[in-house]
Amino acid sequence: MYALILNIPGPNDAVDTVIESLVKSVIALLLLLASFGYLTLAERKILGRMQSRYGPNRVGIFGVMQPLADGLKLLLKEQITPREVRTGVYLLAPAISIFVAIMAFAIVPIGPPLPWLGKVRVLAVANVNIGILYLLAILSLGVYGIVLGSWSSSNRYSLLGGLRSSAQMISYELSLGLSIVAVVLLAGTLSPMGIVAAQNHAGLSWFILLQPLGFMLFVVGGFAETNRAPFDLAEAEQELVGGYHTEYAGMRFALYYMSEYINMVTVSALVTTLFLGGWVGVGNGILFTLTTSAPWFQLIGVFWFFFKTLAFLFFYFWIRATLPRIRYDQLMWFGWKIMLPLSVVNMLATAFYVSLS
Amino acid sequence: MVKDYVPLLILAVVAAGFALTNIGITLVVGPWRPTREKMDPYESGMTEIQPPRQRFPIKFYVIAMLFLLFDIEAISFFPWAVLLRPLHFSGFIEMFIFVVALLIGYLYIWKKGALDWE
Repeated sequence: MYALILNIPGPNDAVDTVIESLVKSVIALLLLLASFGYLTLAERKILGRMQSRYGPNRVGIFGVMQPLADGLKLLLKEQITPREVRTGVYLLAPAISIFVAIMAFAIVPIGPPLPWLGKVRVLAVANVNIGILYLLAILSLGVYGIVLGSWSSSNRYSLLGGLRSSAQMISYELSLGLSIVAVVLLAGTLSPMGIVAAQNHAGLSWFILLQPLGFMLFVVGGFAETNRAPFDLAEAEQELVGGYHTEYAGMRFALYYMSEYINMVTVSALVTTLFLGGWVGVGNGILFTLTTSAPWFQLIGVFWFFFKTLAFLFFYFWIRATLPRIRYDQLMWFGWKIMLPLSVVNMLATAFYVSLS
Repeated sequence: MVKDYVPLLILAVVAAGFALTNIGITLVVGPWRPTREKMDPYESGMTEIQPPRQRFPIKFYVIAMLFLLFDIEAISFFPWAVLLRPLHFSGFIEMFIFVVALLIGYLYIWKKGALDWE
C-alpha cells in the first residue's frame, strides 16, 4: 500500500500529461472560486448565528445567491484609482496576491490516486516529491502582493497596514515552517502524498496525535499567515481603516478578498493533509482500505478530505466570533519569544525520537 | 523528474491568465466619473494635510532582516529532516550543535532588544 502510493507511474504520453494538468488546473481554479464565494456566505451566516442574528437571508433561499449578488456589485462598481498611485504596481499587486494563492493549492492531494482512462491519476494538480518545499516557497511569495499593493497606493493607512501584515506574516512563517519540519521528520518525505501515506500505514497514527504541539503551532501560524482573527491587525478599522487594501475598489479589492479566503482554504487543506490524515477517514483499515476496494469506492476519500477541511474552516469562523483582536506588540512578542522557541524545541524533541527509532 | 513540474507550469499559466483577465476587466467595466476630491488619497474624509509618502519605523527593517536569517536556516532543516532516519543519532547530534549556535545568536538579539516592540 505504502509502495503503491510512492510509485505511481508518471504519465508517459506528453499530450496526456498536458491535457490532464489543464483539466486539473481548471477544476482547481473553479473549486477555489466556488469555495471562496460560499465561504463568504458561510462565514456571515455562522457569525450571524453566533451573534444571535440571521445573517444574509434575502437573496435567494437562505441567501444562497448572495455571493453572486456581491460579485456582480463589485464588478460593476466604479474602479476608483487615486491620483497618486503608482499605476503599474498598483494594478499588478492584487494579481500577484491571487496568483500566489491559487498556486499554493497545487500540491494538496484531495483524494486517493484513482484509475481513470487507463492510468492511475493523482487527485492533486501536481504530484512533486518536494511538494512541501514548493509550498513554503510559494507561501513566502504571498507577502509581495501585500507589500507592493500597500506601497503603491501612496496612502499612509495602506502603508502601515501593509507593513504590519507583512511583518506579522514573516514572523509567524518561521514557526510555521519549523512545525512542518517536525512533520517531515516523522514522515521522512517532502511529498504530500507520502505524508498522507505515512499517517495511515500503521493504524491510526495521524500526526495530530504524535505532534500535538506542532499542530497547535501550525494552526496559530496559519491563522497569522492568512491575516485572520485574532491576528487581523492589518484590518483594524479603528486605527488603519481597511489596511493594505484601503485604496482598492471594486474587482481589485475583490481579488485581495478572494486571495484571503483561498489562503484560508489552503491552510485548512494543509492542516488536513499534514496533521489530520489527509483523505483517509476515521476507521481506515476497518471500513476502507487504500488499494483493495473498487476504484470508485475510493471517492469516499474525497468526501473525507472535504469533511475535514470544512470542519477546520468552521473552526476559523468560530475563532473569529470568539476571540478579540490582539495588540500589535503582543503579536510580535508572542511570535518571536513564544512560538519560535517552542517550535525549535518541538522540532528537536521530534528529531531525538526519530533518530533513536 | 522535470515532467513532474509540467502541471505546475500549466497551473501557473491558468492562474496568471485568471488574475490578469480580472485586472483587465477592471479597466473597461464600470462607470468612470473622476472628481478632484474622489481621487484624493483616503484620509478619513478630511482633505490631505501632509504628503502621504512618509518615513516609517525602522523596526520593520530589523524584523525583515531577522526573518531572512532565520528563514534561510529553517530551509536548511528540510533536507536534514528527510534524511534523519539513515543518519541515525549522529545526525541528531550534528544538527543539535547547529541549533545551539543558532540559539546563541537568538539570545543575543533578544538581549539587544531587537525583539521588543516598544
